[in-house]
Amino acid sequence: MDRGRAAMSAPTSLPVAGSRTPGPREPFPDAARRALADEQLRHNIGHATKTIREKRARVVGELPDWEALCEAGRAIKERVLRHLDDYLVELETSVQRAGGHVHWARDADEANRVVGDLVAAHGAEEVVKVKSITTEETQLNEALAERGIHCWETDLAQLIIQLGEDSPSHILVPAIHRNRAEIRELFMRTLDEAPDDLSDDPRALAEVARRHLRRKFLAAKVGISGANFAVAETGTVSVVESEGNGRMCTSLPEVLISVMGIEKLIPRWQDFEVYLQTLPRSSTAERMNPYTSLWTGVAPEDGPREFHLVLVDNGRTNVLADVVGRQALNCIRCSACLNVCPVYERTGGHAYGSVYPGPIGAILTPMLEGIDRAGSLPYASSLCGACYAVCPVKIDIPRVLVHLRHLEVEHTAREGGLRARLGPERVAMRVMAGVFGSRRRYEAAQRAARLGQWPLAHGGRIQRLPGMLAGWTTMRDLRPVPAESFREWWRRRSEPGEVG
Amino acid sequence: MSDARAEILRRVRAALVDVPAGEDPEDVAVARGYRTRDAEASREEIVDRFCAMVEDYNAQVHRVAAPDLADTIGRLCREGRLRQLVVPPALPEQWRPDGIELVEDHDLEVSRLDGMDGVLSGCASAIAQTGTIVLDGGARSGRRAITLVPDHHLCVVEAEQVLALVPEAIARVAGAVRERRAPITLVSGPSATSDIELDRVEGVHGPRVLDVVLVE
Ligand code: SF4
Repeated sequence: MDRGRAAMSAPTSLPVAGSRTPGPREPFPDAARRALADEQLRHNIGHATKTIREKRARVVGELPDWEALCEAGRAIKERVLRHLDDYLVELETSVQRAGGHVHWARDADEANRVVGDLVAAHGAEEVVKVKSITTEETQLNEALAERGIHCWETDLAQLIIQLGEDSPSHILVPAIHRNRAEIRELFMRTLDEAPDDLSDDPRALAEVARRHLRRKFLAAKVGISGANFAVAETGTVSVVESEGNGRMCTSLPEVLISVMGIEKLIPRWQDFEVYLQTLPRSSTAERMNPYTSLWTGVAPEDGPREFHLVLVDNGRTNVLADVVGRQALNCIRCSACLNVCPVYERTGGHAYGSVYPGPIGAILTPMLEGIDRAGSLPYASSLCGACYAVCPVKIDIPRVLVHLRHLEVEHTAREGGLRARLGPERVAMRVMAGVFGSRRRYEAAQRAARLGQWPLAHGGRIQRLPGMLAGWTTMRDLRPVPAESFREWWRRRSEPGEVG
Repeated sequence: MSDARAEILRRVRAALVDVPAGEDPEDVAVARGYRTRDAEASREEIVDRFCAMVEDYNAQVHRVAAPDLADTIGRLCREGRLRQLVVPPALPEQWRPDGIELVEDHDLEVSRLDGMDGVLSGCASAIAQTGTIVLDGGARSGRRAITLVPDHHLCVVEAEQVLALVPEAIARVAGAVRERRAPITLVSGPSATSDIELDRVEGVHGPRVLDVVLVE
């Protein structure tokens, strides 16, 4: 799986101790350009995200105490981050007390090695996995494949990509770029479970995927998951999802391995009362997502007999060390900031060249990977503030962006670039003019984004789009893909002749 | 591995040099200004709201009086052509319909569960605000696998189990989590996906049909 990574160029240096060196990045294949040219497709995509935005506003508006929930969500994360060492040790003790094992991983390679060793120790050649962004970040699937372990993706969209492996279009999410006829053809070609008379009705296609994955679920010895939250007090870990593959992966196999970033901690069981209200509404615009699993170590006579929790740093302590930027670790990956961002809307998710796209990616990626590797990202914003307004943990993304722009300029100044003389504001204006084509379009987009913070859905019931939950990354991929990545474009724009 | 632990904790502490040494976690104020109970709504309103929210997820709600419970379940089974249901061993006698084969779950193999027409369970509590059923692996909920693998879930909710808000439900199961490491599953409607052309499809891996039988 290589979605979202293809846009990044091969790194020339590794600035951040502990972060994994990503593999070489491919340029966008021609397939992406063909998709871009498809006006109808872009129209559908725009319509879908607008629908989610409006529905989100409606379900958020149902809660008179929304603001108080967001404030509590922010404050709890602040408490955790300021005392992260204590809470990590408490979590470790709690998980062990509940019969689980805890592993620590400084970087992606170490995390992948820990997981690979555990899988190998159980002699498993196949594992089932529920989508997790942290394991996308560490590129776990690829690392396991190197050891001869096949990792079955179990979210429907992920499965479709995985089956179409040899196709150049597979950096794109098939849910958007593959129509039902193509998916039918893919299933007919790759899945034994597909009947000869398979129709292209999504219901029939989902049924084939269900039968196919069911065999995997029932046979799997080892399941792998991420974690939306982990509770220091009780050792409880949770996965929030829609399709039921999360329940399958976390409750049927004998062995469960969960991989989580060290910032996913919450102090007490009670704190779920906040996040289980804000996350579903802010993410998929649902009152509650179909399934939330909360497990505490090994439950007597129910589910996996062995549980492993892998705590991953991989650059997070760099973020923690930045007093202004630290709040980026509050993020609960709801994706609301992506959907309101006018820049994201134009550039598409892949342009950020990271598994973390959109406004949060623009601040998180440079701090995780180093400002010299991702220094253009803090300019991928018009500072309109829409992201801050919707964030359910109140991350002041514009403030962190401005802070990072200054760091980037200082960094560039040390290397004697032209940008340093221009100053961050002028650089930003140029970047935005490039993204939007003209200053007038840019300003119009900004105005629209401000209005978009309070969209109202009148009349008519909007269909919910539950598959989205699986999907912070799904959301990101709803966006049209640019012909050129933000970073590529930045590099071109930043050449002395053009900027000066 | 212990090297990694020591190193990560060292990095965390180094990153937090700005935090005063004497600061306790509780010194970071957390204002919980949100609602933890719904003081205004009557019982009836809360139960009505629960039913409306469940239906909003395209699940069916059947409201019955206690004496009619088993008959209603029997009728739903016949309508859904469910001949064989798995049940938690402690399922109350008065819930059990006539003429339907009920297989008690004594650690049944998943392959056996996969062959069942459906599952009949109760729950630990329910949430009106979100139309959610809370399963806790206890006597009425059963093991996680039984409400996951079969394709049709019949879930009995007693009116008094319905709580108004999410925080009440989180508080209600806290004891079971702390005392017996109860695995908690929150179920809000049938499983669903929109991954193919954004067309919503009910039911991918979890049960495709959810019938909630509300007993008053
Ligand atoms: S930063 Fe974005 S994705 Fe993260 S919690 Fe805030 S709005 Fe959601």
